[in-house]
Amino acid sequence: MALLELENVHVYYGNIHALKGISIQVEEGEVVAMLGANGAGKTTTLRTISGLLRPREGRVHLRGESIDTMPPHVIVHKGVGHAPEGRRIFARLTVEENLMMGAYARADPHGIKEDLDRVFALFPRLKERISQVAGTLSGGEQQMLAIGRALMARPRILLLDEPSMGLAPVLVEQIFETLKTINTQGTTILLVEQNAYMALTIAARGYVLQTGEIALSGKAAELQANEEVRRAYLGG
Amino acid sequence: MQRSFLQRFSIVGLYLWGFRISVLLIVVWGSFGTFQAGCPSVFTLCAFKSRYSADVWLDLLVYGLSQGSVYALIALGYTMVYGILRMINFAHGDVFMAGAYTAYYLAAAFGRAGFLNRHPLLSLAAVLALAMITAMSIALVLERVAYRPLRRAPRLIPLISAIGASFFIEYAFRGFFGSGFQAYPEWQIFKGEWAIAGVGILRTQAVVIVAAVALMVVLYGFVMRTKTGTAMRAVSEDLEVASLMGIDVDRVIVITFGIGGAAAGAAGVLYALVFKQVHFFMGFFPGIKAFTAAVLGGIGNIPGAMLGGVFLGIFESMGPILILEGLRVPGIYPGGIPAPYQLKDVIAFTMLVMVLIFRPSGILGERLATKKA
Ligand SMILES: Nc1ncnc2c1ncn2[C@@H]1O[C@H](COP(=O)(O)OP(=O)(O)OP(=O)(O)O)[C@@H](O)[C@H]1O
Ligand SMILES: [Mg+2]
Repeated sequence: MALLELENVHVYYGNIHALKGISIQVEEGEVVAMLGANGAGKTTTLRTISGLLRPREGRVHLRGESIDTMPPHVIVHKGVGHAPEGRRIFARLTVEENLMMGAYARADPHGIKEDLDRVFALFPRLKERISQVAGTLSGGEQQMLAIGRALMARPRILLLDEPSMGLAPVLVEQIFETLKTINTQGTTILLVEQNAYMALTIAARGYVLQTGEIALSGKAAELQANEEVRRAYLGG
Repeated sequence: MQRSFLQRFSIVGLYLWGFRISVLLIVVWGSFGTFQAGCPSVFTLCAFKSRYSADVWLDLLVYGLSQGSVYALIALGYTMVYGILRMINFAHGDVFMAGAYTAYYLAAAFGRAGFLNRHPLLSLAAVLALAMITAMSIALVLERVAYRPLRRAPRLIPLISAIGASFFIEYAFRGFFGSGFQAYPEWQIFKGEWAIAGVGILRTQAVVIVAAVALMVVLYGFVMRTKTGTAMRAVSEDLEVASLMGIDVDRVIVITFGIGGAAAGAAGVLYALVFKQVHFFMGFFPGIKAFTAAVLGGIGNIPGAMLGGVFLGIFESMGPILILEGLRVPGIYPGGIPAPYQLKDVIAFTMLVMVLIFRPSGILGERLATKKA
């Protein structure tokens, strides 16, 4: 049984048909990339998984359980962590408070402490800034915080929406290194990226979205070799 | 270039500057007149030797402080709800009234039984508790019935619902308890003055200030230090992302209404301690004043609401005499404006209009208009 499975999902914004029958599977332990041009429906897909949007048709299953009618806070409880597009950290809260909000749904102080240490080990910069107000962090630090915050829920699957957006190349590499580490520590990752090259280096498989439909899917190596993908997303 | 030139010197801009300057002139001219009244020469300032002694000013200050801390307690409810839902709960003043009015019956019963004076503190605590519980319950019902179904409606709709709810509460109380004033019983030990640091301070006002400040400290500590309080702040920043953190947003909204309601209920009893009566319409003016205080401090901002309330209370109590009494208008009021105290509401609402025009973000807040419009 797949960890996460979308089955023929249709999502509308009013009359706009944003997702036209998307089917996706993510197995336990994988890193799966989701690529696509601006407006293809990547963010919409992640928001649907998290319960912020409701599919008009189709199902979303987490380990066989249908989650598409559950409210977002319950879905988090079921093991879905989401670092949303544009970071959206709580700017007026401190770094520590942001991280504690990530662990809001949990009641195991011991485990929370463990995960806090884990996040600080992944992102030592955050530890130095623990009592700083998050709005004053740099863009890169805010992205680290957004990922760390999502990890604090100890999710089974982490949804990441363009973690490389607006970051310098060095930092992008660093973040992707960290994502690899997070994955080897046991968290499944569904990664939405514009930076197809970087995404396909850490992903095992990928999907390519085009105007609300899956245009292509396959192993990362296959996608990297594919002419269309090369032309559209890899600049060659 | 030309456009910005025109913008900078538009008619409206000029008018606003004129408005600003004339208000400033009135304030300066009026205060000068007050301080200088009874002085031998126009050019000597002899404040405190004039008609009002330092004691009078101090009394006004303390009175302003007690009023202001009541406004501050009510303002918290406006500001917290606005912070989370970007909605003005215009029925909040009536929640305040409902608390004070319901607790009146308990206070009156205590009064008749003599319990009030046998156990003054215990009875005050019980009266406060009943007011807080009642006001909280009404605020919760309000949220559930009048606001939650409209959460996704255009912003004007919940506002209309709030005004409807306000009338509903007022006329429900009028229907059940009549349209007359009910005299709040008095606690014997709160009559008269206490000498604090050699200065006589009215006991009721001291009690009001101490109780209000204590409640605000507790509330502020709750919002800043507890997990639920942090969740409230998170929801007010980004409701959607808060839900992605596993925060049950509906629950946080309910807690916010509950806390705001309880604070308003307590404020109602404190208000009744000072004015010694309750009435079904008593929530209207304090409600609007507290709303003014919330805007003044920066709506959505909790310390701002406290500061705005205290500031408004003091301004309202000292302003009329400070500014208006000495305001000599040649030909009309050569000796200054008579009975200036009647005009304290004018001062309060002038302040509201001025804040909205010149600093809509308030003392501590962010821009009102640009925020999640
Ligand atoms: N709130 C909304 N209301 C109406 N249409 C929307 C809304 N959000 C997204 N859309 C539309 O849905 C489509 C998919 O948008 P989505 O944000 O999922 O794209 P994306 O793949 O994440 O793009 P990007 O790479 O730019 O982030 C777009 O055509 C977009 O215009
Ligand atoms: Mg997107």
